[in-house]
Amino acid sequence: MSVPAAALRPTVSSARALRIAVPIVVLLALVPFVLPPYSAILLAYGLVMAIGALGFNLLLGYTGLLSFGHSAYFGVGAYAVALAVKYLGIASMELFLVAAIVASVLITALFGVVCVRYTTIFFGILTLALSQVLWSLAFKFFWVTGGTDGLRVPTPTLFGGLVTGAGDKIAFMSHAYYFYVLIMFCLCVALMWVIVNSPFGMALQAIRDNETRAQFVGVRIWPYRWVAFVVSGVFTGLAGALWVPLNGLTTPDIMHWTFSGEIVFMTVLGGFRSFAGPIVGAVVFNYLKTYAVGYTVYWQLLLGIVLVALVLSLPTGIVGTASRVMARFQGRH
Amino acid sequence: MSLLVTQDLVKWFGDTHAVDHVNFTVKQGEVLALIGSNGAGKTTLVNLISGLFRPDEGQIIFRDVDVTSQSVHGRIKAGIARSFQLVNLFDQLTALDNVALTIFSREGKIANLVGLAASDSAVWDEAHDILKAFGLEAKARMLAGGVSQGERKLLDVAVAFALRPKLLFLDEPTSGVSTREKAPIMDTVTSVVRSTGISAAIIEHDMDVVFNYSDRIVAMHQGAILADGTPDEIRRNETVTTTLIGTTETH
Amino acid sequence: MDVLLIHLLNSLLYASVLFLIAGGLSLIYGVMRIVNLAHGNIYAFGAYVTAWVIGTLVAGASLPVWLALLPVGAVATAGLGAVLEPTLLRPFYRRAEEYQLLCTFGLLMILEDVMRLLWGPYPLSASALFEGFGSVSVGDSIYPSYNFLVIGVGVAAAIFLWAFIYRTKFGVVLRATSQNMRMASALGVNVNRVYVQAFTLGCFMAGLGGAIIVPSQSAVLGMGVDALVLSFIVVVIGGLGSLEGALVGAIIVGFVREAGITWFAEIELAVLYLIAALVLLVRPAGLFGRP
Repeated sequence: MSVPAAALRPTVSSARALRIAVPIVVLLALVPFVLPPYSAILLAYGLVMAIGALGFNLLLGYTGLLSFGHSAYFGVGAYAVALAVKYLGIASMELFLVAAIVASVLITALFGVVCVRYTTIFFGILTLALSQVLWSLAFKFFWVTGGTDGLRVPTPTLFGGLVTGAGDKIAFMSHAYYFYVLIMFCLCVALMWVIVNSPFGMALQAIRDNETRAQFVGVRIWPYRWVAFVVSGVFTGLAGALWVPLNGLTTPDIMHWTFSGEIVFMTVLGGFRSFAGPIVGAVVFNYLKTYAVGYTVYWQLLLGIVLVALVLSLPTGIVGTASRVMARFQGRH
Repeated sequence: MSLLVTQDLVKWFGDTHAVDHVNFTVKQGEVLALIGSNGAGKTTLVNLISGLFRPDEGQIIFRDVDVTSQSVHGRIKAGIARSFQLVNLFDQLTALDNVALTIFSREGKIANLVGLAASDSAVWDEAHDILKAFGLEAKARMLAGGVSQGERKLLDVAVAFALRPKLLFLDEPTSGVSTREKAPIMDTVTSVVRSTGISAAIIEHDMDVVFNYSDRIVAMHQGAILADGTPDEIRRNETVTTTLIGTTETH
Repeated sequence: MDVLLIHLLNSLLYASVLFLIAGGLSLIYGVMRIVNLAHGNIYAFGAYVTAWVIGTLVAGASLPVWLALLPVGAVATAGLGAVLEPTLLRPFYRRAEEYQLLCTFGLLMILEDVMRLLWGPYPLSASALFEGFGSVSVGDSIYPSYNFLVIGVGVAAAIFLWAFIYRTKFGVVLRATSQNMRMASALGVNVNRVYVQAFTLGCFMAGLGGAIIVPSQSAVLGMGVDALVLSFIVVVIGGLGSLEGALVGAIIVGFVREAGITWFAEIELAVLYLIAALVLLVRPAGLFGRP
């Protein structure tokens, strides 16, 4: 990897991160009061994807593992919720989240054992292959999963039943559920910040940068990668669980490799070498998709071309490029 | 007192005897130089002792404990550390991070994922001290991938040192560095090593460095130990001088 | 007895196609150390081009014409490969592997939609050629004669490749470059040219696999990724970078899949993954791979 000479590490202390984040959260909290309901719901989708991308980037940006199968964990979270509704009849959002976390931990723990022994190429194809297996299972066992029709998920109750979805669904989604998503988003971002800035996070980056040396300073490679894999999958599974009430329905498509590709794309778009990159990328991508899908049915083509262009010329994505531009304006430290 | 003893250590690479029945010792508190032409087996010997490879035959006894079957992790815990000939650092992390990370690992704190690394000031203070001892304080906040070659060599040693080993292997700590930088690097390294009572074994090709900085020299040739003695003894040893003439670098 | 023979033939049929795809993937990796994630879609592209030419363009022509035009898919993918390598792959050789994977993944997405754009979302068939070959009796059953052609092409490809790589001067250059690129370059080999030739050959093989199978089953969107995953299983078992491995792996996968379809239809894919997982655990480099 080429490193610019005499490069200063952009040290963003937790205090400074908070100073940047708080105003943004305040702005986000104002959205339902200032913008029409549709905007809030759209943004909710974006925030949910951001949680998913954040999880994905723990593996890519921080551990150096590029997964092409993260749609599987998103789907596991979503289907865990749908199946909990179908077989257990639960309707509490908190229980939805618990179901999603349990399911994600189980699947990622299993998949992780197979995948983390390998790097780059093999890891990439293994994750792709495993997600395709899950996707095909969602089809095959249609009497459980509803096949292509999928499973419906009704409006959940929030905060242990305090807030119910009775009444206008749009109002519920654009207000009560939006705030719920926002709270979960803030919690996930905070948790991920702590994780990547913890000693464990440093160990992951060491493994990413130099596996041999990491071993020779006493870091055991596979267990650390495995934990990163599981945490990454759980965040994405959580995103799936938050997504499903918004969408009202879950179908096998969300486990298809094309959705994995979107997760990869939005992270690279935002910049996978930064903390905020995946968040920015997810939100921007969400808007792009909503407005572009109306223009063309050749969505994969567009994504593919932009991805190749990004990787060729703007590998640091939106956030990375913006930081560089800002640094140039402010002069070098 | 022998800190490290290898007994009839053997390693084959295909048909070649990379390490051929080597009985190598390092005494407590000494600074030893390991010399020999390319392919003599020096780095392979270090790779065997540090745990990168398993020997095909033989034992490695460290502080009276047989560590032959221990993993890299086990050997680090036992007290063996090494630096690398081709610098091996965490290039996307700062010099300070490189050292701090090693300290976290040493202290068993590296598995913590729910606490901010920045909050453990003891670790960072020690990291600063180590960088200072190696003359790298000024580069603390620079990415390891972006500092000069000489500084990278020092940092590579500093990271190994941060493990607080009993025995430190240095694989060509001055290779790839200009002549006038060699002495300052070796001065720094040996002063840190000696002041902390660490035993060190240094693989070196530069004979000036070897004769000026070591207590004892072990010469290897074609996988076996050729000679073992003080610098004066080695200087007078004809077998060594004839075997290594023309193949040692004197810049 | 003849049922067993038919199973055998089907396994070999499948193995032939898989060998061409996985062999191409392995060849490219062996020489250039890159894995093209879009390789499966190259196979699909070859299938589509052949299906379009034989099944649409010259749909009214005769059997010999169709047969002569069968390799057109492979020629198209070879051309595609020759264009892609210098433009999209070469910029990434010196960069971290993630970027290469990202780029080829982007290519995968582009090709998927290019096929949709060119030929629509519905399957494209060239079954007239397949039916035109008629069938032979195998014991009490009948078996399509066209399948023998596919198996024949597979065998011929294996022999030709072996001869090419071990008996020609270019093969020597290829092997030298794959073993030690810098050394080969220092000895005067034009590595850039070897790379584009190797990549073109690999794409030709994948396209040929698609071309020969498409008369017996249509070209359909998504076949590329399915093929990628299957050829991955082949190279896991056989070893990435080894043509012998691709051959052995393809045969094994061919047999297991045929057995799976016949007896465990529900979990046939899972059985294959299980085998791949076992091989990965026991011998991560594959049967013939370099550890």
